[in-house]
Amino acid sequence: MRKTMLESVLRGTLTEPPPQPDQTGLDELAASVNRAARGRLGHSLSIRHVDAGSCNGCELEIHALANAFYDLERFGLRFVASPRHADVLTVTGPVTANMRDALLRTYDAMPDPKWVVAIGACGADGGIFAGSPAVVGGVKDVLPVDLTIRGCPPSPRQLLAGLLALLETAA
Amino acid sequence: MIGPRSIVTEDGWRDAIARLASGRATLLGLWGDKPDVTMALLDEGTGKVDVFGYTCINGQYPSVGAQHPPAIRLERTIRDLQGLDAIGCSDRRPWLTHDDEPYAFLPTEGDALHQIAVGPVHAGIIEPGHFRFTANGEFVVRLEQRLGYVHKGIEGLMTGATLDTAARLAARVSGDSTVAYSYAFALAAETASQIAPPPRAVYLRALMAEFERLANHLGDIGAVCNDAAFALMHAQTGILRERVLRASQDCFGHRLMMDIIVPGGVARDIAPDGVKQIGDLLAEIRRIFPHLVSVYDNTASLQDRTVGTGIVKPEFARQFGAGGFVGRASGRAFDARRALAYAPYDRLTFDVPVLSAGDVNARIWIRIREVEQSLALIDQIVGALPDGATKIELPPHGACEGLALAEAFRGDALVWLRLDDQGRVARCHLRDASWFQWPLLETAIDGNIVADFPLCNKSFNCSYAGHDA
Ligand code: SF4
Repeated sequence: MRKTMLESVLRGTLTEPPPQPDQTGLDELAASVNRAARGRLGHSLSIRHVDAGSCNGCELEIHALANAFYDLERFGLRFVASPRHADVLTVTGPVTANMRDALLRTYDAMPDPKWVVAIGACGADGGIFAGSPAVVGGVKDVLPVDLTIRGCPPSPRQLLAGLLALLETAA
Repeated sequence: MIGPRSIVTEDGWRDAIARLASGRATLLGLWGDKPDVTMALLDEGTGKVDVFGYTCINGQYPSVGAQHPPAIRLERTIRDLQGLDAIGCSDRRPWLTHDDEPYAFLPTEGDALHQIAVGPVHAGIIEPGHFRFTANGEFVVRLEQRLGYVHKGIEGLMTGATLDTAARLAARVSGDSTVAYSYAFALAAETASQIAPPPRAVYLRALMAEFERLANHLGDIGAVCNDAAFALMHAQTGILRERVLRASQDCFGHRLMMDIIVPGGVARDIAPDGVKQIGDLLAEIRRIFPHLVSVYDNTASLQDRTVGTGIVKPEFARQFGAGGFVGRASGRAFDARRALAYAPYDRLTFDVPVLSAGDVNARIWIRIREVEQSLALIDQIVGALPDGATKIELPPHGACEGLALAEAFRGDALVWLRLDDQGRVARCHLRDASWFQWPLLETAIDGNIVADFPLCNKSFNCSYAGHDA
């Protein structure tokens, strides 16, 4: 194991420079963020994620944010296990009828101030699943959404650009 | 692959149930197509698949689950979605619909038992589902799952849809298996309309399927180790996985290769420098992966967590017809690529690794061996890639139906498709491999400690989205 670890140290770093924060995201956010909240949060955000009905494709790309190429945590962005200490709620999928309550309860468990990010074509408006009786709609049909990151699924770079826009505005 | 069903009488239906109950056949699927119920059976010896339809009388049919438990959740689902009732099925609770709050979990009795309720929202970035543990101290004495949280009504959305829309829906049943679902859907559509896609498309499909398998297996091997607090492996396989996804993007224009396999062929050809990119990718994986395998093999503290943990008994794997690494780690050798030998796998050389220990360790080793097999398959596919067209139009065919399986990384994905005389979808059923793996997770955790559940669960990596659809 020591050999493998040593080799990866010697190979140099894979981590890539960050993308520019998403400009449309910045505009969208400027309207929604309470500037007084900024100072208090410091330059980091804790993110709670809820899959409200996704096909899991979006989750795969959110997971990829943690790999050595994107290394999300270097920006002070951290996915946390509980809504109780989260600033941001990211939500994927169309919101299904069966997940609506759990999503609302997660949101209610978060302290103020808090932001909601809808992820993916489905998170935006239900995507291809809109109109099914088993689906309530997009995230905006259930919660106030501050930022939407589109794509099916959005790539890690798109996700990163969106979250950085949030960080610049909110933190 | 498999043409229209045969309609059977009640005797014929009961005959099929007897074949299942006695272990002479394996249940591949059971679904409603009002007023019929339909089942697909596999003869494991010959690889022959039978599809039987039974026309319900007053919306009722003789229960399969009463004699063959793997059918129980399927029958509950048929009642939820089609309103057809299995007479004799002991479990009458809904499954995918959740209108019956609070849900009646099965009662438990005994001294010093306590319950732990987990989910639907979990601590990590994973899909939602509920687990109800009954524990005695640290030991789990029963796990009961409740699923259906990400039920989107996909089969309902498909009914009446064009073939194009339905194919896009199929690609979004389970994002990690988007290639496999598109593959199975295309095969079912082509079987129904009795056409064959061009040879180049046949090979490109398999290329994408092996890419998807590689990416997922690499991700899983690291993720299982990570749940045993061994983060190094996760970081290293994460790099290889990302490289596969980037190569997919470069070759096919999408990191997960969504919507590339379509009925009639593939929607686009591989990028001009794709073959070179693949060569570089394979070389990199072959350089790094053996080191990671030896790290896994030589880390006693990691093996201490994975060996002997979460055992799936071979008889359950057989009875439930568990596919993928869950089945193959417990002695069931089924792999749709081999058993149904759909093109181009009938012309490719590969091993289907099988182990019998049935523990977390065995499920990791099956994945390791399958990574190696996929690398060898990709070499062969690239070497034999035919020239020519990549897609043909599906000619109008009149009402028709067909069934197909494609081997996804976690097991066989089944698609049964019935088209109307306009070429629209009259009914489509999609069955994820997870249907026959989730119940085995309930058995595998018995007698293990609660803290080992995440490890067991990750080693199964069942799909919630694919199951709930
Ligand atoms: S946006 Fe696409 S990848 Fe994300 S959940 Fe919806 S269908 Fe899946």
